[in-house]
Amino acid sequence: MAKVPVQFTLNGSEKAEFIDSGTTLLNALRDKIGDTSPKGGCHQGTCGACSVIIDGELRLSCLTLAETCNGAAITTTSGLSEGGVLHPVQRAFLDTFATQCGFCTPGTIMAAKVLLDHTPNPSRDEVVEALSGNICRCTGYESIIQAVLLAARANSQNAA
Amino acid sequence: MAIRRGRGVAAINYPTGMNLGGDPTQALVHSTPTGNFMVTLSSVDLGQGMKQIMAQICAETIGVPTDRVVVDTADTDTGPHCMGTFASRGTHRAGNAVIQAAREARQVMLEVAAEELEVNASDLETDGQGNILVKGAPQKSISIFDVALSAHFKRGRSISGRGMFLIPRSYPEKETGAMKPSTCYAHACTVAEVEVDDETGEVTVLTVKNIFEIGRALNPKMVEQQLVGGSWMGISHALYETTEPYYPNRDHGGTDFNQYLMPGPGDLAETEIIVLERPSADGPYGAKGPGEMCANPQIPAVANAVFDAVGVRIDTLPITPERILRALKAQAPN
Repeated sequence: MAKVPVQFTLNGSEKAEFIDSGTTLLNALRDKIGDTSPKGGCHQGTCGACSVIIDGELRLSCLTLAETCNGAAITTTSGLSEGGVLHPVQRAFLDTFATQCGFCTPGTIMAAKVLLDHTPNPSRDEVVEALSGNICRCTGYESIIQAVLLAARANSQNAA
Repeated sequence: MAIRRGRGVAAINYPTGMNLGGDPTQALVHSTPTGNFMVTLSSVDLGQGMKQIMAQICAETIGVPTDRVVVDTADTDTGPHCMGTFASRGTHRAGNAVIQAAREARQVMLEVAAEELEVNASDLETDGQGNILVKGAPQKSISIFDVALSAHFKRGRSISGRGMFLIPRSYPEKETGAMKPSTCYAHACTVAEVEVDDETGEVTVLTVKNIFEIGRALNPKMVEQQLVGGSWMGISHALYETTEPYYPNRDHGGTDFNQYLMPGPGDLAETEIIVLERPSADGPYGAKGPGEMCANPQIPAVANAVFDAVGVRIDTLPITPERILRALKAQAPN
């Protein structure tokens, strides 16, 4: 299979790799670059566990070809904390005990971050809508919803 | 044609473990040279929190902080035997094995400390913070770190223990058929309120109120997660999930998350959880198995609520709109 070069920023640092043409971003991140925070749940875009942020938008890395990401800025959950300080969404997930087995957590945190980036003070319905693409097999949605609302409150207090 | 409201209740007993030729779990505990403790198990942490609970149980028994314990699980080639992580048996069976192993390790630890302090081991106690003290004279003490160093490099001792927990196989009595197939029953009761559209057959769950009796909650936040999430798994079993909607015919079985229905965050009803702690006599620190039972009583409660709402008994899961409409049609006078 033809190798193609890809170059993008991952969590602020430049990455350049030769990958097999047709490799998904999910596989490129996990198997080539070694960032295993996006999870492969269904590999067909229905579970949300592989969610990452590409140029500010929430994207399913299992349905995104890596070679379409040239020049993009990609953020994954492993890049959210800064200098050992957790991102407010991560902090809120800890504080509300919003992770159980943990498999859906990275994708859910990405979805929550994009929501709060666009809608800093979401209603409960907006949170539910934003998380509707993320399946939690532990069915721990209530504490996840609470985590996102808590992160929003924490953000607005910091901004005030 | 109308939206009809119904309420259903169900209560369950739920057993811990199973009865297939005996139900053993074994555990090994040993200290590292720096006085951390290793718990070795074959039991699996598949996200239910086995590692955390076993670390707590080991720490409590030995008398050290939980972060001094490392739990290694799930290599059945190298670990001590475990029947497996199922039947809600993990906390109860593995927990009892870990207690037994940790007690033996603690005894060796106290013996080594006694030699170092030149006192009797029976006069020693732990402070839970990583130190061993002489009872009544706490100024005379030694850290578990130093005890472990002494055991390894001076005294040639292994601070270790073996845990062998076995529920023997129960055979039925010939005369009566009576037997004891499982142990340590947990209990739960659910009241579910639903609305059923008798035109479309759709069921909407309005509220789910659950009360669970689970022995002692060794980690209350993890118990809450298990019970809240489990309550919704129960609703999901009742109304949505199946791999074989026309069982035994396998047609139309879901093959992926597009076709296999599970609740999402938008499907949550108001859910209430009450935990009753009634420590069990044979459980590790009073624990029972809260695992699978948390998803059981919702199923008959929803079935009863549907009956209360529209007067049909659905005895096949899941309770789909199709099944409700067929039952309503069968019941209707010709």
